Amino acid sequence: MNFQAVVFFVLAAVLVLSALRVITARNPVHAALFLVLSFAAAAGLWLLLHAEFLAITLILVYVGAVMVLFLFVVMMLDINIDRMREGFWNILPIALPVAVLLLVVMAATLLGPYFGLSMRPPPPEAAEGYSNTRAIGMVLYTEYLYPFELAAVILLVAIVAAIALTLRERKNTRSIDPAVQVAARREGRVRLVSMPSEPRGVSGPPPGDGTEQPPQPPK
Amino acid sequence: MVPLSYYLILGAILFAISVLGIFLNRKNVIILLMAIELNLLAVNLNFIAFSYYLQDLAGQVFVFFILTVAAAESAIGLAILVALFRNLRTIHVDDLDTLKG
Repeated sequence: MNFQAVVFFVLAAVLVLSALRVITARNPVHAALFLVLSFAAAAGLWLLLHAEFLAITLILVYVGAVMVLFLFVVMMLDINIDRMREGFWNILPIALPVAVLLLVVMAATLLGPYFGLSMRPPPPEAAEGYSNTRAIGMVLYTEYLYPFELAAVILLVAIVAAIALTLRERKNTRSIDPAVQVAARREGRVRLVSMPSEPRGVSGPPPGDGTEQPPQPPK
Repeated sequence: MVPLSYYLILGAILFAISVLGIFLNRKNVIILLMAIELNLLAVNLNFIAFSYYLQDLAGQVFVFFILTVAAAESAIGLAILVALFRNLRTIHVDDLDTLKG
């Protein structure tokens, strides 16, 4: 058993055990942290498979962003865990056969004689100076440019949707709607009142001392 | 050298675990979202294993797109969850019966 196989089995064991803990953990925070552990183990496996760029992306995007988002939401919401957990194991007699059947069917397909996995030779060692990131960039920006742009659009739509779903107008804020400011017209601000002129100094305060009432906007 | 079938079996085990998790946590939307993430991880593992053993970069590019879509999906899902909690003060699945489905 060489070094690669040892690393593979250790990472696979960590991955499977942490995945089992994700689905059985009582506390959602623990589940999120075990999901982080399983992502880290998967990133290690991807490194074994010479997919360095995607392994780093998995750590940065998933562990760094998505799982932090999960943790934020889990801690922000007030969840009644006991009520969530009632009847948790009741469905196991149905769920376990389904999962085991799925696993057995996939394993039988993969390990059976028709899939041809045993005939496949191991891939050659990468050439000196081969960079996985560079190779992915070479195909991503040429051959897959159009899907790449579509992925960017999907991310933009996700940003807009997430903000639109969670944005909430506060009632007690003093901020001004810019659209109302832009839409201000003379008619809303100035009102010309036709009134007879009065002799100076007879009644009313003298003009220009700053006590005039500003014109009231029309109701 | 670890053979390709080991990676595929590991992906199958992970997929089965996530299906089991979707069954068990049917009341808890947050863990359901995490089980979906595990599901996508299993698929990605298969893609990368095939990409390495067939020496074809298309698999890795596909994993890149799956990561993009999965990140968008979980962000929108969590945003829906937050909006739901603000309006109903609960995210228990049994309480989400406004549509009488």
